[in-house]
Amino acid sequence: MRVDLQLIAGLVAPKSRVLDIGCGDGALIDHLFRTQGCDARGIELDMALVTRAVAHGLPVMQGDADTDLVHYPDQAFDYVVLSRTLQAVERPLEVLRQMLRIGAHAVVSFPNFGHWYLRAQLLLKGRMPMTNSWNRMWYETPNIHPCTIQDFFDLCAAEGYVVEQWLAVDDEGHRAPWRRFPKFANLFGEQGLFVLRRG
Amino acid sequence: MDQIETLAEIAHEKVVFPEGLTLDCGRTLRSVTVAFRTYGTLDAARANAILVCHALTADQYVADTHPLTGRAGWWSNVVGPGLTIDTDRYFVICANVLGGCMGSTGPRSPHDDRPNEPWGHDFPPVTMRDMVRAQKKLVDHFGIRQLFAVVGGSMGGMQVLEWASTYPEQVFAAVPIATAAHHSAQNIAFNEVGRQAVFADPDWHDGEYWRRGATPARGLAVARMVAHITYLSEQALTRKFGRRLRDAGSLTLLDDRFEVESYLQYQGSAFVRRFDANSYLSITRAMDFFDLAAEHDGDLARAFAGTRTRFCLVSFSSDWLFPTSASRQVVNALIRGAANVSFVEIPSDKGHDAFLLDEPDFHRTLAGFIAGCAEHRGLRTRAIS
Repeated sequence: MRVDLQLIAGLVAPKSRVLDIGCGDGALIDHLFRTQGCDARGIELDMALVTRAVAHGLPVMQGDADTDLVHYPDQAFDYVVLSRTLQAVERPLEVLRQMLRIGAHAVVSFPNFGHWYLRAQLLLKGRMPMTNSWNRMWYETPNIHPCTIQDFFDLCAAEGYVVEQWLAVDDEGHRAPWRRFPKFANLFGEQGLFVLRRG
Repeated sequence: MDQIETLAEIAHEKVVFPEGLTLDCGRTLRSVTVAFRTYGTLDAARANAILVCHALTADQYVADTHPLTGRAGWWSNVVGPGLTIDTDRYFVICANVLGGCMGSTGPRSPHDDRPNEPWGHDFPPVTMRDMVRAQKKLVDHFGIRQLFAVVGGSMGGMQVLEWASTYPEQVFAAVPIATAAHHSAQNIAFNEVGRQAVFADPDWHDGEYWRRGATPARGLAVARMVAHITYLSEQALTRKFGRRLRDAGSLTLLDDRFEVESYLQYQGSAFVRRFDANSYLSITRAMDFFDLAAEHDGDLARAFAGTRTRFCLVSFSSDWLFPTSASRQVVNALIRGAANVSFVEIPSDKGHDAFLLDEPDFHRTLAGFIAGCAEHRGLRTRAIS
């Protein structure tokens, strides 16, 4: 399982109800069920991945974060997870609102566009940055809403969300504990990982 | 088309329930017979039973040789030892639906008031829920408190939805395939063309064809032909037949036949040998009447309120009879109740019939879902010798 997913699994309480949006082949929900006894389910856009997940016995449905979250009832889950997907949805604000409507906590991870290496590439080369996380040409990237860790803090403040926990994470998904301060994290963190609840 | 011999009488495996059944229409059948087939072995805890619900023109012969056609069962590529629904592990039950003509009580059964005659078109209108109630009697008869799974495609999928809604505690897992919570106006329209074809047959005799030893074979064959087109996709028809002519003689109005024409005529005539016209009318009517939301004040989510059943819905991308949007409607209703739902649309160009054909993605999905449910249910894998 991806290292960042292990980190997310560590943030989720055992036996809780979890919805993983953009769950891919279902690795996280499988892990949460097997190791933490969670009632974990997934939504995934890519039908091939959905089929693979269901064929492994995982409760996954084909769906779109932008349109399908409205069908879920209020507070149906303890955690709603959105890993490395926020930057690719059409309406990130609405998706976050829905996540915190249907879940008590939202767990969100995203690649940090404020990382120094991206800044340097744009500054020095005047070209759209390319890294492991931002690895497609600008005209074919699914990432339509890049943001920085600092942007995300501002968004949480504006929307009135409480940041219960946050971490800066390196490219492999390992926790980066020395990046404790938002400004440092914004400069040196490859990814941001947030646990939110409504204010 | 040649006149076809009437349906042969066959001794089906069956149970008679002398207490009868009160139907949704208000009338009561004094006694109910349910014909069925089983495969595999019921375990000691009676926890490994899978009920397979059949589609409109299928029957209980899901995985063994059909006694009338001599052909393999309609789902023998899915149900059997070591197959997707593994009869080495599960006890599979398939019952002929109420209103059918393969041994369950239906228009060909003796009339309650005139035992020397069949019901014919006097058979009371039955609903999907009535069919499910009759199946429930059979399941109770086996002493099964909870079915491990109820699985079915098309009309069988309607029954799966009805099972999960009417007897939620008795269904651990539900797999409605290529189906919908109600028939669309288009579906009803196609069924009506089929029914009108039967009515227009000179051998119909106002539904009492059996009095004359006749069968409205031509009308029924046309009904089957129309229905058969709706089961296929344009791509599937084109791939199979294209515009090929059966014989490339001179162009006349009557003689030249496209291959697709003779195929449909074969399908129609084969069908007449194994299906009763009044049964066809009864069952198509039941499908048209089916509306699970209407049974719950117009709110489909209420049909599954608080359900603990695990659902897996499957649709096929080229199915225009029961399109993916119809499955998604059910999925969204289930989600509104925070139900445990898996949903897959299988890419296929084979149309509605894809669920009966060799679709590896579908079979993998079904097998994986069942395996996952077995794990959650705590069913132990029986060692296969």
